[in-house]
Amino acid sequence: MPETSPTDTSTGTLGNGSKGRPSAGAPAARESGGDAAGLGRRRAAGFVAPSLLLITAFLLFPALWTIYLGLTDYRLTGFAAADPQMVGLDNFTNAIGDDRFSNSLVLTLQFVLGSAVLGQAVIGFTIAWLMRNRTGALRRTVEALVLLAWILPSSVITFLWIALLDRDGGTFNALINTPGTAWLLEYPMASIIVFNIWKGAAFSMMLYAAAIGNVPPSHLETARLAGASTWQQLRDVVFPRIKGHILTNLLLISLWTFNDFTPFLLTAGGPEDRTEIMPVFIYKIALQSGELGFGAAISVLMLLINLVIALVYVRLLRQRKDKTA
Amino acid sequence: MTRPTEPHATPAPPHDERGPREQSGEPATAAGPSRSDGPQHARRDSPEREAAKQQARKAVAGIGFYTFISLLLAFFALPLLWLATAPFDSSPGLSVSVPDFTLQNFQVMWDNPYALRSIGNSIILAGGTGLLVVVFAALASYALSRVRLPGRDMLLYVLLLLSSIVTGTAAMVPLFNLATELKLIDSQLGVILILTGGLLPSAIFILKDFMDGTPQSYEESARVFGASPLQIVRHIVVPIVRPGLATIAVWSVAQVWGNFLIPFLLLRSPEKSPAAVVMYTFYTEGGQANLALISTFSLLYSVPVILMFLFVSSRYGFRFHGGIKR
Repeated sequence: MPETSPTDTSTGTLGNGSKGRPSAGAPAARESGGDAAGLGRRRAAGFVAPSLLLITAFLLFPALWTIYLGLTDYRLTGFAAADPQMVGLDNFTNAIGDDRFSNSLVLTLQFVLGSAVLGQAVIGFTIAWLMRNRTGALRRTVEALVLLAWILPSSVITFLWIALLDRDGGTFNALINTPGTAWLLEYPMASIIVFNIWKGAAFSMMLYAAAIGNVPPSHLETARLAGASTWQQLRDVVFPRIKGHILTNLLLISLWTFNDFTPFLLTAGGPEDRTEIMPVFIYKIALQSGELGFGAAISVLMLLINLVIALVYVRLLRQRKDKTA
Repeated sequence: MTRPTEPHATPAPPHDERGPREQSGEPATAAGPSRSDGPQHARRDSPEREAAKQQARKAVAGIGFYTFISLLLAFFALPLLWLATAPFDSSPGLSVSVPDFTLQNFQVMWDNPYALRSIGNSIILAGGTGLLVVVFAALASYALSRVRLPGRDMLLYVLLLLSSIVTGTAAMVPLFNLATELKLIDSQLGVILILTGGLLPSAIFILKDFMDGTPQSYEESARVFGASPLQIVRHIVVPIVRPGLATIAVWSVAQVWGNFLIPFLLLRSPEKSPAAVVMYTFYTEGGQANLALISTFSLLYSVPVILMFLFVSSRYGFRFHGGIKR
């Protein structure tokens, strides 16, 4: 289950590979001569089978089952556990009318917009832009620290933040001289947003560094000599060229942030439900209160939102491929 | 392969003249003192003053730059400092302080019944998943790269979609049910299989790229000399795509090493839990948090990730090499 975490550059490589190479869209004439090892279709199918089996069992089937469960009153314990009944779309209509659900939806929106779209993307781009012409110790230090925040295990970094923001002994209170402020209790949403910016800025930084590296330096130089300000250079030279990267970046980090369970480790959804973003909400409904059917219905909504983001993203990749092919 | 595999080989787009020339509000800023003062540029400022102004502007920009970078460094370094100081402090607190050096804390961790065992569990989960992902993804991606199976393009497309849509968080309810039905609750094998299923689509994608990029002439000549398809795969293809296999191995191990949700959902007994979950219980269990234990355990648990990161960055350079192109 790839979540927002280290080395999740899969999609990066994917974008790279889908460019220009005779992969999916290549004419059949080339492909027919491709079976150099004489594998044959039957053996080839055997090679694919174990992967397909696992993917079907643990990825495809759960997705379909979620939809089914969402239509039942299935519970972890009690009567409904033994004999779940179909309740149709009740779970969905209940969810829409449920205050906790709408609360969670608003919080999720704040979390994704604040920490991914605004936070990670802007900080990541700013670092990449400022470091574009630099080499040496400063750049290495900045990149190492930003990457370290990204690659360390989530349960370690959450404790580091708990320690940092602690009411009595925390370094942060000592540093900015606000003794006794319990940041995670008083400003829980802001805390997890800042935390997620800190944790995830590395991906955007690397992506934009690669993108800015593709902007021909002569164009920037020309603009600079013509007296363009930094903002004008960005607007007229850089942004038009990295539009595709920006969209890719925003889609991916939104998807990952939307599916991120890590804030649970920091606040467990609390205090009250002030940080109960969608993943935490589902966990609490389904596995803590045992309302599996209701939890599944909300999961379906989540899957749908994921589907929309992913469709836009895949479409974008294909468009680019068609352009370069 | 008619196309060069190097991503940088795309021809540069034609130079477009749509420069921001028209915005040049104050031409003197860019040209500096070297500009010949034509009559149209007759201003009050002499070239010397222009130069001084430009220098001042540069200095302000420099100050701004370093202030920003310092704040940035502080923001990213501050939470991490504790991990560097607390494990070696004789009385570790929550705040960062110069440690009163000791290694006693590591003894505390050593004596804890769950700490080291959970690292072992993490190794089992990460190693098992890594192995399965590499083997299965290598087989599948090779077959998909070389043989035109019916519906292949559709299959790849659906896999790509599935892997980004069905995340552990969105599918936690059915995954939990599935594990219950298959008697895989509290089983490390169950965690390994579920994680493998989740990682395989992306792994197949990455590896298929590597496979597509390797020339087929070696396989052809091996076949001429009578090697069987399986021999060819094992002795010709695997060595050629070894960098790709290494990438997948490191990537999947890193994914599992840090994964919290799946083992948290599926493993019940603390003796089977990986470090991610045990770490969480260390600081959420009631009572006074044992900071000597937590700090040293955090460090031990993080070191493999840091080593892997250093290995990858020294070997391949930890950035996108011109990847994700337009």
